[in-house]
Amino acid sequence: MREAMRAALAIAGKDVRAELRSRTALVSALVFAALILVAFSFSRDPARLSAAALAPSALWITFAFAAMTALNRAFAVEREHGALDGLLLAPVAREAVFLGKLLANLAFVFTVEAVTLPLFVVFFNAPVGPVLGGIAITSVLATVGFVAVGTLFSAMTVRTRFAELMLPVLLLPFMIPPLIGAVQVTARLLSGRPLSEVSAWLRLLAVYDVVVVTFALLLFSAVVDE
Amino acid sequence: MQFSEGPLLGAIGLERTFGSTHALHGVDLTLAPGDALLVAGPNGAGKTTLLRILAGLARPSRGSVTVAGRRLRAADPESRRPVGYVGHESLLYDDLTLVDNLAFAARLHGLSHPARRAREALTAVGLGHRLQQSPRELSRGLVQRAAIARALIHGPRVLLMDEPFTGLDASAGELLRRVLSDHAAGGGAVVVVTHQPAEAWAIATHAAVLRDGRWASYERRTGEASVFVARAGVGDA
Repeated sequence: MREAMRAALAIAGKDVRAELRSRTALVSALVFAALILVAFSFSRDPARLSAAALAPSALWITFAFAAMTALNRAFAVEREHGALDGLLLAPVAREAVFLGKLLANLAFVFTVEAVTLPLFVVFFNAPVGPVLGGIAITSVLATVGFVAVGTLFSAMTVRTRFAELMLPVLLLPFMIPPLIGAVQVTARLLSGRPLSEVSAWLRLLAVYDVVVVTFALLLFSAVVDE
Repeated sequence: MQFSEGPLLGAIGLERTFGSTHALHGVDLTLAPGDALLVAGPNGAGKTTLLRILAGLARPSRGSVTVAGRRLRAADPESRRPVGYVGHESLLYDDLTLVDNLAFAARLHGLSHPARRAREALTAVGLGHRLQQSPRELSRGLVQRAAIARALIHGPRVLLMDEPFTGLDASAGELLRRVLSDHAAGGGAVVVVTHQPAEAWAIATHAAVLRDGRWASYERRTGEASVFVARAGVGDA
């Protein structure tokens, strides 16, 4: 177990180091997120739709599509020069490889979310400050769920000819449950309801995380082995 | 086909199918410590498939591989530890420097002082002055040197190399022959797949020809490479 965690951290560290050197995915995801927020903000007719009504959906659509950018790149970097073979040759459990990629993707998506949230506050004048803790918990629970599924599907599609097209097609249906939960929780929190009122949604998100991470760990070896 | 005592690498009845295509038909293989097998054969003979199965990168449809007495299985990470592999691709990341690439490989193998190991491995293949360059900044031959250093960094007992001389200049080719020769002399085993048998002839203890997924010949290396090439009808001397 300790060996697996050490290997997972090495893989995650490698991905973070590579991204810090290239900054390609991070910059494109941030620009993309900002564009979505701008589009939502300026397409809204204030007389017919309040910012508060649109804000939760806008926030989570932005997070979801920015995450897609990261997930598309997750295994694309392993495809270049056969680097995935290097991971599979190592005396490392396949589950540790998945865990490493998952940790790197989470680090990436959380960074994008942390930078996007202030932009969201500016564009939607959303009262995030008092409920920042609740929003943070919701973000963690929802993000882990769809990033775990996305990491698995990213590995699955990387050897296909149209990986960039296949990933969203496979992933979007599995993103719906955590997105519904996240939007529900965010809407209630932003309208001043207490965290206790959304605890059922949070539990649902946590259960989804446990289920998808477990399934992804079990299936990963079958996905990457020839 | 002769079997040596105390096999370091063994394969029994390897078969591999891709749909209706049979890439390998019941291939057996046994290498003892000190053995270096040269595998030649025409395109599509199954050489790369065989090497990938021996490395644990592909599963055989039937048959099994044993490395250092342990059956090679995807679910058993430790069974892959004695294997070093150089394939058609470098296994390196363009967004990392050479030293970071090899330090990462060292970490995956649980080695202590990964950065130091990486510097030593790169220096050993003549890349000591290019530690901070990324693979995309290097020529094909220099990337191949780095790929060889990556395969050697954890001190594998079994070296599997697919066309390792590709892109190497004369001095690097000579360096690689010395590395392979020393490895076998030190009790390791080597399998080199090549279209140019002459390049690895001097270090080979055995030479084999794979054709249509079967051994067409498998013998102890004797005589000149040109004779082997002419008899086997493969590659260039």
